[in-house]
Amino acid sequence: MAKNLPPVWNKMAKHAMLPETRHDERARYNFLSNLNKHLAHVSQGNKVAFEKRVEPAFEKEHGRPIKDRHELKEAISKDAHYQIWSSLRRCTMEMRQQAGRSMVLRQAEELAEKARKLNEGKSTLILNPDVEVPAYLMAVDNHLMPGSYHTELIEGDVTAAANYDSGVFVTTAGLLGKYNDGGGKAITSWLKKNHPEFQPKRILDIGCGMGHNVLPIARAYPDAEIIAIDTGAPMLRYAHARAMDLGIHNVTWIQADSANTEFEDESFDWIQSTMFLHETGGKSIYKIMQEIYRMLKPGGLTLHIEQPQYTEDMSLFEKFIRDWDAYYNSEPYWSKMHDIDPVQLMVASGFRKEDFMQIGAKAENDLVADGDNAEEPEDYGRSPIWNVFGAFKR
Amino acid sequence: MIDYIKLASAKSKGKRPYFHDDPAVERVLNITMAVAGELAVMRERMDSMERLLEKKGLVTRQEIENFVPENEEQETQRQEWHSEYISRILRIVQQEQEELENPDKDLEEIANDINEM
Repeated sequence: MAKNLPPVWNKMAKHAMLPETRHDERARYNFLSNLNKHLAHVSQGNKVAFEKRVEPAFEKEHGRPIKDRHELKEAISKDAHYQIWSSLRRCTMEMRQQAGRSMVLRQAEELAEKARKLNEGKSTLILNPDVEVPAYLMAVDNHLMPGSYHTELIEGDVTAAANYDSGVFVTTAGLLGKYNDGGGKAITSWLKKNHPEFQPKRILDIGCGMGHNVLPIARAYPDAEIIAIDTGAPMLRYAHARAMDLGIHNVTWIQADSANTEFEDESFDWIQSTMFLHETGGKSIYKIMQEIYRMLKPGGLTLHIEQPQYTEDMSLFEKFIRDWDAYYNSEPYWSKMHDIDPVQLMVASGFRKEDFMQIGAKAENDLVADGDNAEEPEDYGRSPIWNVFGAFKR
Repeated sequence: MIDYIKLASAKSKGKRPYFHDDPAVERVLNITMAVAGELAVMRERMDSMERLLEKKGLVTRQEIENFVPENEEQETQRQEWHSEYISRILRIVQQEQEELENPDKDLEEIANDINEM
């Protein structure tokens, strides 16, 4: 039997907001999951090509080693293996968007109507059309998602979220679990295990998107009041409707900019973000962290799930290949953010250096039993293995 | 009503990167991969059908060979499928045309812009 086949798309957990899928649409997603998985293996050839021919050729020509990521990019760009992997990977990401969008856009009206019915008359969804989409989100369509998180093609549009929800399972080849919530589950388990005494009463999730990572937190702390914010109305409508259908009622979904909220000083015990900061901007990230510090109660905790920071001992090649997504999968702040020292970011916002913490986290995947999977190659920046940083406010 | 077929194949913001020396290689590769995908989709559908037909003992291979659309609705459905199919596999041509009409910044430049935001 072939090893580590990705789960078929219909293993995804069903809920009322998940778009209706036709046979061929599921098949298209199945093809793309397999293609993603396949390309993770093709990616391994980049390191071989780099070490066996790109680096030696550069040293022969210049009489010295490659000195920075810029030189490395110039040199590897001419390599045939890197070229075919890059073009196939770019193509796969575009095809994934096309496949998801063709499915959700044909049923845009029906999806909007489903959300409207589930959201009607509920006080737990608070949209505010005066909230401006931050400039950093207007400047780019993150991960090649045309129209990003905020574009509304029809009244009450939720297609951006429906596309995200149905497709992230494909991009990650199912590694985030059947509710795509492996990140939220991982952080909740870590907190319960390592800080069982910490019992947050009021929790804020920033950049919540379609809510996949905040729902495990809401389940784990059923008596807590949880607020999830995002600037994208389509994401919030979908997130709220999805949570209603999944029977989770202790989350209030609010349209707000995390750099400038209207929440009171010292009003939250825990402020969480998951794969959010790398989609912000160079100045905004500091404003967001300052806002977090302002909103946290003394003794409160903030945690941020992110890709690994770039460190001195990380090879030039690894930094370069991790940067690939920044430029070619349109996550331009990804690279710049990973050069920031998170200690400095936290300290600049008011946290104490000695309170800084950093841990590793791996997605909890309810689709496979532990130990079921054979080793997979490290697919830089695309494996659900993360860096978590944060601090208690003392 | 929105033109979902065209919108589904729309390009995202930012100048599209090309990795091969000749961009034509990439264009053809994208079309080929889309066709490969659709072939996989068709294979999966055929697999479903064959298993169901076999299970129920309903249809013979000869009946499938001889089938043509039986009314206007079936004809329209088939043509609509072809229209969407072609838009899907020629996505990159549409996107290049969109970029030609609306020239875009490259991501290095956007990254620098964003760093100032």
